[in-house]
Amino acid sequence: MLVWSRPGRIVLWLVFALLFSVLFLAPLAVILLSSLADQWNGVLPSGLTTEHYSDVVQGAAWKAVKASLVTGFLAGAVALVSGTWAALALRIQDATLARVLGVLFFIPSAVPSVSVGLGLLVAFSHPPLLLNGTIAIVMAAHFVLISAFTFGNVSAGLARLSPDFEQVASSLGARPAYRLRHVTLPLLAPYLVAAFGLSFALSMGELGATVMVYPPGWVTLPVSIFSLTDRGDVFAGAALTMVLVAVTLILLLGLERVTGRQARS
Amino acid sequence: MSVPAFTGSNVMDVDAAKIRGAGSNVHFDKVSVAYGAHVVLHPLTLDIAPGEILAMIGPSGSGKTTALRAVAGFVRPASGRIRIGATDVTDLPPYERGLGMVVQNYALFPHMRVEDNVAFGLRAQGADKALIGERVKDSLATVGMSGFAKRYPRELSGGQQQRVAIARALAVRPRVLLLDEPLSALDAQIRRNMVEEIAKLHRDLPGLTILYVTHDQTEALTLADKIAIMRDGRVSSHGPTAELYRRPPNRFTAEFLGRANLLPVTVTEGATGPKGFAKAKLGDALLAGAARGEKPGDKTLLCIRPQHLSLTGDEEHTNRIVGTLKEVHWQGELTHLVLDVDGTPVRVSATRLPVSLPERGSVVPLFFAPGDTSLVPEDARG
Ligand SMILES: Nc1ncnc2c1ncn2[C@@H]1O[C@H](COP(=O)(O)OP(=O)(O)O)[C@@H](O)[C@H]1O
Ligand SMILES: [Mg+2]
Repeated sequence: MLVWSRPGRIVLWLVFALLFSVLFLAPLAVILLSSLADQWNGVLPSGLTTEHYSDVVQGAAWKAVKASLVTGFLAGAVALVSGTWAALALRIQDATLARVLGVLFFIPSAVPSVSVGLGLLVAFSHPPLLLNGTIAIVMAAHFVLISAFTFGNVSAGLARLSPDFEQVASSLGARPAYRLRHVTLPLLAPYLVAAFGLSFALSMGELGATVMVYPPGWVTLPVSIFSLTDRGDVFAGAALTMVLVAVTLILLLGLERVTGRQARS
Repeated sequence: MSVPAFTGSNVMDVDAAKIRGAGSNVHFDKVSVAYGAHVVLHPLTLDIAPGEILAMIGPSGSGKTTALRAVAGFVRPASGRIRIGATDVTDLPPYERGLGMVVQNYALFPHMRVEDNVAFGLRAQGADKALIGERVKDSLATVGMSGFAKRYPRELSGGQQQRVAIARALAVRPRVLLLDEPLSALDAQIRRNMVEEIAKLHRDLPGLTILYVTHDQTEALTLADKIAIMRDGRVSSHGPTAELYRRPPNRFTAEFLGRANLLPVTVTEGATGPKGFAKAKLGDALLAGAARGEKPGDKTLLCIRPQHLSLTGDEEHTNRIVGTLKEVHWQGELTHLVLDVDGTPVRVSATRLPVSLPERGSVVPLFFAPGDTSLVPEDARG
């Protein structure tokens, strides 16, 4: 730390704690409280209830959880495979081409997600590729939006990998496929898991593009939350938000445990 | 496939003893390497005989690693051919060249146990289980790491990791072992031990051809049969270790290998006498030294090693120069002196000193034997 005096450090910690609680904890706490609120007109709710949770559980919650999980896993997995493939392939191109293609990969993340959704909707509403109203178009939207991040994560991992490992492997007689399977991918594993975790989390929270393209019967959690609050059902929206937070956190913590164990072994 | 000892099917019936008995030579035939317009290796022609240890030594950036990586197949020569044994490997991918490679930072696979690291090459080549088990045991025993088979690399010290890296390279029974600064990451004490171990390893595997890249002259002098001294992407000199040390062919070699003193002299008489010493003048002093075909009037350098200079003369140490004592560093078994001789700093390493050491600033004589000197031409460049 740059500040060494004791009072200085205490002040820094206080500032940090204040910012953290205002920006980070307060909104979550408000949502948590709303999800349990009976009525909320004053400073605090007038009573607590679990009614909203039973409402959403009886309502569309499970379908939304399922839609979000399936979308997150599939889009995340496809993005992981293609992002890794792209990162590995670009590595053996010459530097300029690699940079240009690398930038191309990042374009979707620079475009507003609503526009990505709109673009897909317009593009795939006509034959020959008629995806409008299918689950596939939701997957496509999520894939487009998250693949830049998997690509970026895996590229960063590759850049940090000393070429010595792969070269020693080659000199010992390992052909490229064997080397990829037994040296490169295992050494990249932490980055692959991190890339997947990030894309999964992004997909779980994606709203802008999904709203544009989702078909009936495939309403993801953020879309449900959006329509609940849009209808004025703020407390139910808050309850569903807590479900979204819980599901995402559980999965990310699970992934973290897997990588943690891998790093220790 | 064109590399017989390295194909999946052959690896199983290769007779280990045969490989140990007969290594392959490595031949650089006008090999040049460029990165873009930047030439880092000028056409290099060099032969490493079967079973020979060639140390490639030179300052950082002189192209040693580039030359080694060209043999391994990771750098494509801009021109020239590289042959290993009878095979032209220039166009072969690294995994078909049948080599073992050890790099400075070991590069042990961190996710594999020691035994799996050592087994890696044979598994990649599809060797059968029994052979792999036997070779892993063998190779670990060769480097004295048998007790560590189940460990992970991070549970080993630097020196132990480097032994495992060597065992991993030996397990595939390479035709040539490439070592790139293998000891640079180790501290001095361990480095000395490892140099001796590598020397012993080569006594046990006399057929193994070794290209040993280093910037450390002690490692090169201890291990190498021959030394190639690199400078700015060219071989500055190449020859048997002792000869290169005793009769350096140019200033760069003399200074890089053993920090020789080089005194500018003028030849007065070419090789004469039974020993073929030439005579040369340094100021007023007339000196004799081993000749290299100089003619009277030639301006050249007289090369004399710090340990061959003495403060006391006798019938053997007949050459005499005088200098002003500038510095004295006592180091226990050795005392290092620096004198100024006609404007040239001269280093002396003395084991025995006169009872009363002359004072700094005093003018003292230095004696040396003509047989310990040689005349060295000034470098064409620099
Ligand atoms: N991949 C590369 N791209 C461009 N220049 C390089 C590359 N690798 C090495 N060089 C240059 O080649 C020269 C020789 O490098 P190297 O063979 O590593 O020297 P050494 O091993 O003797 O220290 C250096 O000037 C270095 O900067
Ligand atoms: Mg080097």
